[in-house]
Amino acid sequence: MTKASDLASSYDLVVIGGGPAGLAAAALAARAGLSTVLFDENPGVGGQIYRAITSSPVKDRAILGVDFWVGAELAAEAKASGALIVNGATVWSLDPTRLVGVSIAGQARLIQASRVIIATGALERPFPIPGWTLPGVMSAGGAQTALKAQGLVPSGRTVMAGGGPLLWLLAAQILRAGGKLDAILDTTPRTNWLRAFAHLPDFVLSPYFSKGLKLLREVRAKVRVIRVDRLEAVGDDKLREVVYGAAGGERRMPADLLLLHQGIVPNVNLAIAAGVTHAWNERQLSFEPVLDENFNSSVHGIAVAGDGAGIAGGTAAAERGRIAAVAAVRALRPEASMPDTQAIRQRLQREEMGRVFLDWLNRPADSFRRPKGDTIVCRCEEVTAGQVRYTANMGCEGPNQMKAFLRCGMGPCQGRLCGLTVTELIAAERRTTPAEVGYFRLRPPVKPITLAELASLPIAETERKAVER
Amino acid sequence: MFKRLVDAGVAVAITVDGKRVAARVGDTVATAMIAAGIDHCRTTPVTGAPRAPYCLMGVCFECLVTVDGVGSRQGCLVPVSEGMAVETQTGKREAGR
Repeated sequence: MTKASDLASSYDLVVIGGGPAGLAAAALAARAGLSTVLFDENPGVGGQIYRAITSSPVKDRAILGVDFWVGAELAAEAKASGALIVNGATVWSLDPTRLVGVSIAGQARLIQASRVIIATGALERPFPIPGWTLPGVMSAGGAQTALKAQGLVPSGRTVMAGGGPLLWLLAAQILRAGGKLDAILDTTPRTNWLRAFAHLPDFVLSPYFSKGLKLLREVRAKVRVIRVDRLEAVGDDKLREVVYGAAGGERRMPADLLLLHQGIVPNVNLAIAAGVTHAWNERQLSFEPVLDENFNSSVHGIAVAGDGAGIAGGTAAAERGRIAAVAAVRALRPEASMPDTQAIRQRLQREEMGRVFLDWLNRPADSFRRPKGDTIVCRCEEVTAGQVRYTANMGCEGPNQMKAFLRCGMGPCQGRLCGLTVTELIAAERRTTPAEVGYFRLRPPVKPITLAELASLPIAETERKAVER
Repeated sequence: MFKRLVDAGVAVAITVDGKRVAARVGDTVATAMIAAGIDHCRTTPVTGAPRAPYCLMGVCFECLVTVDGVGSRQGCLVPVSEGMAVETQTGKREAGR
């Protein structure tokens, strides 16, 4: 186990995040001779898509599927590359001078990087329905993590709800693992086809097409799928039943576990805190960093690769990581021999095919992104949709002023589970666009650290003399 | 809510609020609690509502627990170790913890 005290004070390249983008970037850069360190806060590498790739107790490879196990190669490549890979390492700060604040087992360090590749990936889009804070309601991604890393399978009465590729993949994985699903409540509006249709030819040619159809058939053969336009989790101290609206009527279904998912969005917290310029993506309904063709951001020396650069999937993430790493090597060691970037770009283009279709087809309904009334928006500070709407109507212009009124976005999750909802609600109430409203201003530390961790930072003699008399 | 697909992992004994919980190597504090059927891990500082792990990937902060005396640790990011003492959190954080 690498300790904070084992780290050098500077590296050519610091990669943040150990998913496909981070692993591929670190492997390429280290092999080209850059001193490279990869920090990841999880117990093992793989990110979310290849979670627990080196340690999963799920040995029957059919359960998680071949698309999971390809991650093993990426992890092995990174390990063999000479890059220093540190798990259990939380990056809590990154500034425009590329000073990286990291904490490992309660010890903090500030590391100077010549280049930084942010590969913090994606998180699930907020799914604010009434009752989504009840114990017994989890994100589908959470259940998938527990399956991959600990071999935990839902038992008892389980309902999945939402839409998007990950929901169907998890359903198939749960079924293959011998789990049972009482129902899948599909919240995707049928009218999405109107916009998706034009992009169908591109999708048919993409690798997603046959995989997607197979997955849908596999799940639909075993589970009842109900198209719904309203959804509520009901219970006192925990989930008791799921209430849904379908075909005009309201139905109730007893449940012990409700798994929610309506797509994934870039995890922007670190990049925004580092000063990277972001812009609204109307098709993906999320903020993403503004990047050049090498994934360089608006801040010199900081690149953003992987799904953090806009959602494109795990295999695309690895190619993006490689392109960002090549740019880092070219900047620092122009003499190093590099793989053919044209070939990488072609592979990336192929991986990105079909994405536009998937985005339009799985676009979450307005009502599931912009809740009303007593539905909690900010889980940490328990702020409701009604409060956010009312405050916007009172004249509050943006998410940052909203903090002062309601504290929404000021809890420990720092807006990760409410940011997009707050932006969209304010935009709707003020009859403007999310691009105009903007996002929470984020500042370091982007993950909570204790004062004891800060106090563990090494202090140079000159720094001590500057404050001691 | 959840059962173990394969239960061949090496046992790790931890306690949650003083009660023994049979965790496995590879568990995090949050998944050990889920596997043990513990239905919530904290109550909120604002209304005292019960909360359970939601995302299991370090972003939602619902699984905050006290681990070996240190408060508000993200249970889903802390691997279990033998003898670890986990406490659920109630309402507002107490000063000094």
